Amino acid sequence: MNGQPTHSLMKWRYIKQGVFFGVVRFAALIITLALLGIIVFLLAHGWRAITWDFLTLSPMDSMTKGGIMPAIVGTFYLTVGAIIVALPLGVVSAIYLTEYAKQGLFIRIIRVGVNCLAGVPSVVFGLFGLGFFVVFLKFGSSILAGALTLGFLILPTIIGAAEEALKAVPQTFREASLALGVSKWRTISRIVLPSALPGILTGAILGVGRAAGETAPIMFTAAAFFTSVLPRSVFDEVMALPYHIYVLATAGTHIEQTRPLQYGTALVLIALVLGVDLVAIVLRSMVRRKKRW
Amino acid sequence: MCAVAGSKPAVPAKPKKRTIMESRKRALTSRVREIIIKNLFAFLAFISVLLLGLIVLFLFREGLPIFKQISVSQFLFGSAWYPTYNPPEYGIWPLIVGSVIVTVLSCLIAVPFGLLAAVYISEIAPARIKEILKSIIELLAGLPSVVLGFFGMVILAPWMQETFDLPTGLNIVNASVMLAVMAIPTISSISEDALYAVPREYKEASYALGATKYETIAKVAIPAALSGISTAVILGMARAIGETMVVLMVAGGSAAIPRGLFDSVRPMPASIAAEMGEAPFQSGHYHALFATGIVLFFITLAFNLVADHISNRFKEEGSGTL
Repeated sequence: MNGQPTHSLMKWRYIKQGVFFGVVRFAALIITLALLGIIVFLLAHGWRAITWDFLTLSPMDSMTKGGIMPAIVGTFYLTVGAIIVALPLGVVSAIYLTEYAKQGLFIRIIRVGVNCLAGVPSVVFGLFGLGFFVVFLKFGSSILAGALTLGFLILPTIIGAAEEALKAVPQTFREASLALGVSKWRTISRIVLPSALPGILTGAILGVGRAAGETAPIMFTAAAFFTSVLPRSVFDEVMALPYHIYVLATAGTHIEQTRPLQYGTALVLIALVLGVDLVAIVLRSMVRRKKRW
Repeated sequence: MCAVAGSKPAVPAKPKKRTIMESRKRALTSRVREIIIKNLFAFLAFISVLLLGLIVLFLFREGLPIFKQISVSQFLFGSAWYPTYNPPEYGIWPLIVGSVIVTVLSCLIAVPFGLLAAVYISEIAPARIKEILKSIIELLAGLPSVVLGFFGMVILAPWMQETFDLPTGLNIVNASVMLAVMAIPTISSISEDALYAVPREYKEASYALGATKYETIAKVAIPAALSGISTAVILGMARAIGETMVVLMVAGGSAAIPRGLFDSVRPMPASIAAEMGEAPFQSGHYHALFATGIVLFFITLAFNLVADHISNRFKEEGSGTL
């Protein structure tokens, strides 16, 4: 008598659980399919556009033919510039936050500052780059202005990754070194940093991926519609892959005609960005597996 | 000990004295170096804060002059955005409405997906699938926004236009879907961290009382992680409202207050990105776009400060008592 309702209640509870698990799995599946779907569509439409000429020639006939070489080169310069700006600054900031700073108002302000900086929209970074680097410092629309803007954009990413890597170094390493009478700076530079290096590198690579894919920050600070020659100095404008996609897809007079070029450029960009991200992810999982402390 | 002290005057030969001096000197330079390094690093770490200040300063420098032409309330609540007309009208209310609508709608899509994915990763999935799914979400976060915008333009827009028989596929729904794709990784990874941080003892206590896994997740784990999950949702919204390329390419670009979900809108970032190239330097239009940037900046800043406050306030609660 008593067993019956309890039994059906139990059954009901497990049915609820089954439904919930189904919904959760479905959500995970949809997210996976979203990523795969985007990649597959771009691959299916873009692979024919990828030829040697496409990768090595300049755009021709008012960008309806030819290749994207200047855009690849431009994105390369901007990305390298950004990482030169962000990596040293980010690592030093992370060292200060994890190794030196004591709890207090100063560190709290820095933390809030970094968090807020991470949340600043990319287009606002673009405006800042325009107002500060391009206009105020008179760099003009140039690699320098774009690389600085992108560098500051990825700074919080680098700080976050470097901090995580530094925190993962066991406290006993530092204590052992300090106990031998080694100074704090030597402990950091000889013991802590080498142990944290793979993690910092992962963060840097993710930063590269982020910088390479951003469009809004370079629109007003570095990116050119079209240049026939490659940049000669850091004060030259450059073409860039993300901006090139945007221009071809929205601003041209031959939007339909240049679809293959658009797909091709998009494919090159995601291959680059996702490739870089994938390297970071694999590197990180290798480091985690190898670590024995 | 006494013997040592007594014999001290006899022992010191000249070279040893020098080494003491030397080591003292060395200790001193080392200490000076430590202090210099510490302060230098503190200053470099402070650059992030300075940068934030510089951003505010230059947004204001280029944006404030617009308020010589119109009042703040005319700017914020004016319902006409005709910056190139004569006389120009700089009311960004339609842009704000556009931003809010696509952000809210995208979060309605992204929050359930992001949260469920986080639950799956942290509570249900086997280790192997968990790793793969985490990588997938990270790659999704890495997709360049211009590629998502492009995808929305060439795939989703024509499909929507045909299927629902619309005048244009570039509309609120399309932009919200693509924005949701961008917000899901943010929401999911932060929620997952929050769920992961729930002390095991909570869940074990729940199981010990005979709760099923579903009941444990829904009634113990999620409530315990609620502050982290709300942080995730707020940061996801901040991400969506500040995102530029997707709304620039997919939202349609009409600067009017929309009447339905299939209307075009022109969110703030889209307006800035689209028009800055054409706005004459130091013109009213130029200043108005910077002023729009100020509004956008402070909206996202507010979101971030709230998120920061929540995650800080509830951080210390947890396994401490167990």
